[in-house]
Amino acid sequence: MVDKQYLLTTEQMANFVADGYLRFDDFIPDELNKAAHEEMQSGVQIRGGGGTVLDDVWHDDSAVGKVFRLPQVQGIIESLVGEAPLFDHHATHIVRPQSQHGQIWHADAIIDIRMHFDIQFFYFSHDTPREMGGTMILPGSHFRRVCETDIARYQNFLSQHPIVCNAGTLVVVHHGMWHCAQPNLTEDTRYMYKLRLNPTVRQLKLWNTEDLNAPGIRGILSRNHRWYGNDVRLEIVNRIKLWRFLIGDESYDVGYWLSRLENMPENIQNVA
Amino acid sequence: MAELRQQLLVLHLHTPDLNSPVVAWAMYDGTGKTRYTTGDSDAPPYNSVIEAMQDGWRVIQFPQQFPAFPGMEYHTSYLRFEYILEKLEEI
Repeated sequence: MVDKQYLLTTEQMANFVADGYLRFDDFIPDELNKAAHEEMQSGVQIRGGGGTVLDDVWHDDSAVGKVFRLPQVQGIIESLVGEAPLFDHHATHIVRPQSQHGQIWHADAIIDIRMHFDIQFFYFSHDTPREMGGTMILPGSHFRRVCETDIARYQNFLSQHPIVCNAGTLVVVHHGMWHCAQPNLTEDTRYMYKLRLNPTVRQLKLWNTEDLNAPGIRGILSRNHRWYGNDVRLEIVNRIKLWRFLIGDESYDVGYWLSRLENMPENIQNVA
Repeated sequence: MAELRQQLLVLHLHTPDLNSPVVAWAMYDGTGKTRYTTGDSDAPPYNSVIEAMQDGWRVIQFPQQFPAFPGMEYHTSYLRFEYILEKLEEI
């Protein structure tokens, strides 16, 4: 188990529930970024396929493996999907130089509709300015159930977030996140390493819960990303449900939302 | 006689009201001159459907509205208030 100092805080977890992602800029040491970049160019070799215990996936000398064995990365993994998650799949995403058109908006496989969620890492081993992409994500889209490219005719949303970053940036997203690769207008090939993990334990208070009752949590869970317009209340309801699941408290509310439904007037026997 | 081609503008609104703010947008060019793509603009071309109509766009599709099926009241997926507008352009 990783040292507590590397685990996520409750506030970070609430941001993950509200936004569907967390972003860690300049997070991976530069020497590892350079080695991982070279490994991506030649092809990242792994042992085993989907369902392999994560720790068994990479050879000891794999730079990408070393990235995901860093304690600060292990802390993110443990906080979200527990100590020994399963490897689902990985892919080195490559956007060739002078790619003028963005990828269509899509979500990745949303076959598992349980409350348990997978995570996907997006690892950027080199600087990624806007003219190079990077990956566009849509904050708050992770509860929206769509089948992969069903959303392909959309182009732009309020609050869409292009991941423009320095080398060594790591983004972790809920598996339902809508996203698309952006055009690469430079003369250099863009690389991004994606890794999907499945939890093997109940996702219940796996992070550092010392700030579990922090006063800012309700505000975070009530965030409005604007692009879903009138549906903001439904988004908040879905966040409350996931937060209850994560903290193991079926009475949690950010206000008088789900708790109003738990008032059961039809069950009161002694009416006047 | 001039040949005409469609320009399509897709506007998603905050509410079904045609005056309400645009929350998402897309364009498709039937002349073949421009290929719009994902993430190609940070702000919508119009603030509402009404504003686009005032600039000559013709509404060709209204979103149908359906009540949620029982048990599906909290489910979300696609953007619900999608208006499709057109302009015809000579080629």
